[in-house]
Amino acid sequence: MHYQASPLAIILFVAFVGFVLGLSFFYARKAKSVDGYFAAGGSIHWYVNGIAFAGDYLSAASFLGICGMIAFAGYDGFLYSIGYLAGWVVALFVVAEPMKRLGKYTFTDALDAKFNSKGIQFMAAMSTLVVSLCYLIPQMVGAGVLVTPLLGLDHAWGVIMVGVIVTVIVATAGMTSTTYVQFLKGGMLIIFSTILCISIFYKGLSLIPHEGYHKFETIKVSAVGANSVKLANSSYKFLDKQNGFVKLQKDNIASWWCLSKKDGKDVLEECPSKTITADKKVLYNGAPKKDKRFYQVGHMSKIIVDGKEVAKTGPLGPFKFLKVIDDSEIVRFKENKFAYNGDKVTVWSPNITSGKSIMRPGLKFKVDNGANWWSRLDFISLMLALFFGTSALPHILIRYYTVPSQRDARKSTIVAIIAIGFFYILTLFMGLGAMVSGVLDLNSSNMSAVLLAKQFGILLFSIISAVAFSTVLGTVSGLIVAASGAVAHDLMDNFLGVDFTDKGKVRAGKIAAIVTGVIAIVLGIIFKGVNVAFLVGWAFAVAASANLPAILMLLFWKKTTAKGIALSIYVGMFSALTIIMLSPKMWKQFDFAGTAPLPIDNPGIISIPLAFITLIIVSLLTQKDNAKLEENAA
Amino acid sequence: MDHGPAAKLGKDNASEWKAKLGVKLFFVYWAVYSGFIIINTVNPKLMGTRIILGQNLAVTYGMGLIILAIVMGLIYNKLCTRKEDELNKPESAAKGGE
Repeated sequence: MHYQASPLAIILFVAFVGFVLGLSFFYARKAKSVDGYFAAGGSIHWYVNGIAFAGDYLSAASFLGICGMIAFAGYDGFLYSIGYLAGWVVALFVVAEPMKRLGKYTFTDALDAKFNSKGIQFMAAMSTLVVSLCYLIPQMVGAGVLVTPLLGLDHAWGVIMVGVIVTVIVATAGMTSTTYVQFLKGGMLIIFSTILCISIFYKGLSLIPHEGYHKFETIKVSAVGANSVKLANSSYKFLDKQNGFVKLQKDNIASWWCLSKKDGKDVLEECPSKTITADKKVLYNGAPKKDKRFYQVGHMSKIIVDGKEVAKTGPLGPFKFLKVIDDSEIVRFKENKFAYNGDKVTVWSPNITSGKSIMRPGLKFKVDNGANWWSRLDFISLMLALFFGTSALPHILIRYYTVPSQRDARKSTIVAIIAIGFFYILTLFMGLGAMVSGVLDLNSSNMSAVLLAKQFGILLFSIISAVAFSTVLGTVSGLIVAASGAVAHDLMDNFLGVDFTDKGKVRAGKIAAIVTGVIAIVLGIIFKGVNVAFLVGWAFAVAASANLPAILMLLFWKKTTAKGIALSIYVGMFSALTIIMLSPKMWKQFDFAGTAPLPIDNPGIISIPLAFITLIIVSLLTQKDNAKLEENAA
Repeated sequence: MDHGPAAKLGKDNASEWKAKLGVKLFFVYWAVYSGFIIINTVNPKLMGTRIILGQNLAVTYGMGLIILAIVMGLIYNKLCTRKEDELNKPESAAKGGE
C-alpha cells in the first residue's frame, strides 16, 4: 500500500528522541564509574526496573511481529505471546536472585563467579555477542520497516538514524539512560496499547469495516475452458488463465482474478496482486504504487451474535468480542506465488475462514490438518525455546545488576511479569482487531497494529507510530549495553587481562558500544527484507541452548565444572546455529536449490538436551578441576 | 578478577529456602505449560471446545497460563518476603554466626 508520512508522528517521535537524548546527557555524569556505566550504580528502584524490563523485552517482534502474526494467522500468533511470557517464570523462580547474588555487570560474571575460568569468560562473552547480534539485526531491520512508510525515509536512513540515536544514548550514560528510555517506552507501550484495545471494543464489529473500504467485485462467468473463461460482464477483457487465476484488463490496467464457485456457479473474484516485472518494475493491482490501487484488506463475511446474524454489533466487551469472532466468519487472504512470462506474480485469494479455526491453533503451525511428526516436533521445539530462552537472554539478565538487592531483583521481575503479561493479552485483541478492520497491508504483516491505530484517528496513529519507534530504541539500547559489557568487561578485562583504570574501562565500554552500533547499522542494512520474527527466533533458540543449561546446572548441580560450562555453551550455540542454517526456513529464505538437509526449523528440542548432555559428561570427566578448586579455596 | 555484585549485598539467610520454593513452583508451572503444549500438539481440535464465558479451551488455557504466572509470582514474592523478614532479622543474623 502507499503510505504517507504523518507530520504529527514525526513531531512526536522527534520530541521523544529529544527528551531521551536530553535525559542521556543529564545522566552522563552518573556514568563515569564502571558501576554507573554498566549497572546504573545498582541503584534503580525495583518498580522502575520492572517496567524497564518490559521496555527491554517487548521489542519490535512483540509489538509489530506478534500483532501482525495474529492479524494474519489468528490464535497461532498468540502462542508466541504465551511462550514469551511463560519464559519469565523461569527467570523469576530460578534465575533472578542467584544472578543478582553471583554477578556484577554481565551474566558471564555469574557463570564464572566460582571458577575464574578463561574458558567460561571467552565462551559466555561469545554467546552474549552472538545472541545480542541475532536480536539486534531484526530490531534494526524493524527500524527500517517503520521509518520508510511513516517518515518517508529510505530503509538505510531509518537504520542509520535509529543506530546513531541509540549509540549516543548508550555511549553517553550507559545503563542509567538505557533504563529510563526502556521505562518510558515500556510505560507508553502498555498505556497506548490499552487505549487502542478500548477503541476496538467501543467500535465493535461490522461487515463493512470502514467507510472507505474497497468493495471487492465478483464477475459472473458463462463458460470455463482449459485455458480460457468467457465473461458474462463485457466491461473486462479476458487476457489469460494460469494456475487457477485469470488475468483481465480494463482501462488499460491488467488485474488478476480468482476463479471460484458461488451458489454452484463459476465466478471470478477480484484479488489483490503484486507483480515484479522482468524489468524490475513493481505493480500493485496492475498499477504503480503511487496510483494507490493496493487496497487495505481484512473483513468479516458473517457476524453472529448470540445465534443471530447481524451486519454490525455495536460496542462489545473483551470476552464478547472474542466469542463473536469465534462464532462468525472472516475473510483472510491466502498468498499464491507464481511466475508469468518473466514476471514474479503474487496473488492473494480471498478465503472465508470460520472463527472457530481462527481461535484455535493450526492456521500457521502444522499441528492439525497436514501435520506430521516432524511438524509437531518443530512446534514443540519452538515452544521450548520460547520458554527457556527468555531467562537466558544476556540483555535481560544484565538488568538484575541495576537494582540494590536480591529482593528488588525478585520484585522487579514480578512487575515485569504483570506488565508484560497484560501487554501480551492485549496483543490478541489488537491482532484480531486488525484482522477484521480492513487495515491489513498484505505486503507487510508487521504494520498491522500501527495501521489499526490509524482507523481511530491521526492522533492515536501518530502516538502509536512514535511508540513503535521507541520500542526499537529501548530494545536496541539494552542489546548494545549487553554487547558492550561482553567486550569491555568479559573479553578485555577478564579474559585478556587488560589492566584498566576505572575511567579506562568505561571508555572501552563506550568505544565497544559505538563499534556495536556501527555493526548493527551495517547488518540492519544488509538484512533488509528478512522477516523480523524469524531472526528473533534465532536469538531465543541460541540463548536457550547456549546459556540456560549452563545457568541451571551451575545453580543446581554441585559437580558442574568450568570446562563443562564452557563446552556446553559452545555445543549449545554451535548446534543451534547449525540446525538453523540447515533448516527448511533458511532454504526458502535464500532460495537454495532442493530440499533442506534437516526437516525442522526450530533447533531447541535437539540443541538444548545436547548442551545439557555435554555439560554433564564433560563435568564428570573433569571432576579433578573442582577438587583442585576446593583445595585452593581451603 | 572483578566479580561480585555492583551493589553491596547483605547475607541472605533465606536464599536456600527461596531456591527450593522457586524450583517447586517452577515444576508446577512447567507441568501446566507442558499440558498446554501436549494438547496443542496431540489434539488441537480439543482447543476449540467451549469452556467458560463463551471462550474456548485455547483462549482459556492460554490466558490462564499468563494469569497463573502473575498469581504464582505474587504468591512466591509474599512467601519469600515473609521468610526473609523472619530469617534476616538482626538477632537471627547474629545467631547465624555471620
